[in-house]
Amino acid sequence: MTKIVGYRREDAGAPPSAFADYGSTGLRAPTEPLVRIPPTLTETTGPAGCWDRLTGPAAADLTTQHAGMPQGQRIIVAGRVLDEDGRPVPDTVMEIWQANAAGRYIHARDQWDAPQDPNFTGAGRVVTDADGGYRFVTVRPGAYPWGNHRNAWRPAHIHLSLLGPAFATRLVTQLYFPDDPLIEIDPIANAVPMPYRQRMVCRLDMDVTTPNWALGYRFDVVLKGRDQTPFEDDHHDD
Amino acid sequence: MTIDVAARVPGPRMDNQDPALFGQTPSQTVGPFFHYGLPWKGGADLVGKSDMGARADLFPAENYVLNLSSPTGTPAGEAIEIAGRVIDGAGELVVDAMIEIWQANAAGRYHSVDDTREDVPIDPHFIGFGRSSTSAEGEYRFRTVRPGPVPGPGGTMQAPHIAMSVFGRGLIKRLATRLYFADGDGNADDPVLAQVSAGRRQTLIAQAVDGVWRLDIVLQGLDETVFFDL
Ligand SMILES: [Fe+3]
Repeated sequence: MTKIVGYRREDAGAPPSAFADYGSTGLRAPTEPLVRIPPTLTETTGPAGCWDRLTGPAAADLTTQHAGMPQGQRIIVAGRVLDEDGRPVPDTVMEIWQANAAGRYIHARDQWDAPQDPNFTGAGRVVTDADGGYRFVTVRPGAYPWGNHRNAWRPAHIHLSLLGPAFATRLVTQLYFPDDPLIEIDPIANAVPMPYRQRMVCRLDMDVTTPNWALGYRFDVVLKGRDQTPFEDDHHDD
Repeated sequence: MTIDVAARVPGPRMDNQDPALFGQTPSQTVGPFFHYGLPWKGGADLVGKSDMGARADLFPAENYVLNLSSPTGTPAGEAIEIAGRVIDGAGELVVDAMIEIWQANAAGRYHSVDDTREDVPIDPHFIGFGRSSTSAEGEYRFRTVRPGPVPGPGGTMQAPHIAMSVFGRGLIKRLATRLYFADGDGNADDPVLAQVSAGRRQTLIAQAVDGVWRLDIVLQGLDETVFFDL
């Protein structure tokens, strides 16, 4: 009989699904409690290692996808993908999308009148190395207004999507920049209680920074770790 | 220079490099603008070579940097379509959601190193992971193969099912659910369905309509889909 070791459930830093200040949760967040299920093969497996077959080759430099350099401040984002026990998560894909330096998305539904940049799409992919390390080059995205409430502005952020090793470890998050005063008044970031909100804030790192070329920011992503106690996959004696 | 960057000992800072804060990175919404970053052409076709899954109408063609799915061959098993609407608490269609699926192959084997069973074969032409944006009509749609049964806890068998994740604007966290088949062998003994109250089980069971397995995902309200705490 196979022994299933599940993943830990969400920790104290997890946001709720319903958060009144973020208006769009109002009609979309479930109202029934989540149904707790035992870990099975379905949750403890995932398409790890197939990332290139699925999502394509790496695209780790978002500044060289077009004829010229995009406008804005070139930056490097680097760090590691780890599990809750601090172990590296190698060979896992991180997908990246963001607004340009003016805060405008390439998306047709983004109606803000900040300029498009013909040299910037804002989408990329990296895969972690054996130590869980990753690195990508982009431009620092701008803040942008949105319709959540009067005078609402999103703090500068980069959207990140990770598959991790299993269905249970799937994560979509947003990376924020240090010392951005918009974070503390942003309903989406504020859905995460303090101090855990700071887990989404990267750190300026002079070791990531490349002299005379680009400022560097360090951001580690921590995925759910394996449960400490294996789920006994056979009948108890009692 | 007077500032010795190398020798400077930075004070504690409230960012994710602070060891006191180490723990799960919190989830955030995908927002409304993920279409040029996540759902690739063919991402919703796990069997053939169509461009199902993408919404290339939502961004300029020159900004398409995503993968183009290139299947290596035809997977074994019964090809099926699954589809459904995503519906919010006001009964409105959710046109900016994204659904992901993860499933076993027709023999009931996951394409994963963490499925260590050697007696059930991997299908080299089937990974079992897919993504579909919802359409302008609020509908997701996948072409895949009908999965085989897989083991559950305590020596049980799980009925054939497809794990699903729901993402979207207004969804701070991924919602995890499952699709079962109305005529599936073992639904009555499935250990996960058993955790769901009898009155809500039908929110997880797809019905065959004109050759398509249909299951709506209702985010909120009457007939709210059962979502799981994994
Ligand atoms: Fe955004």
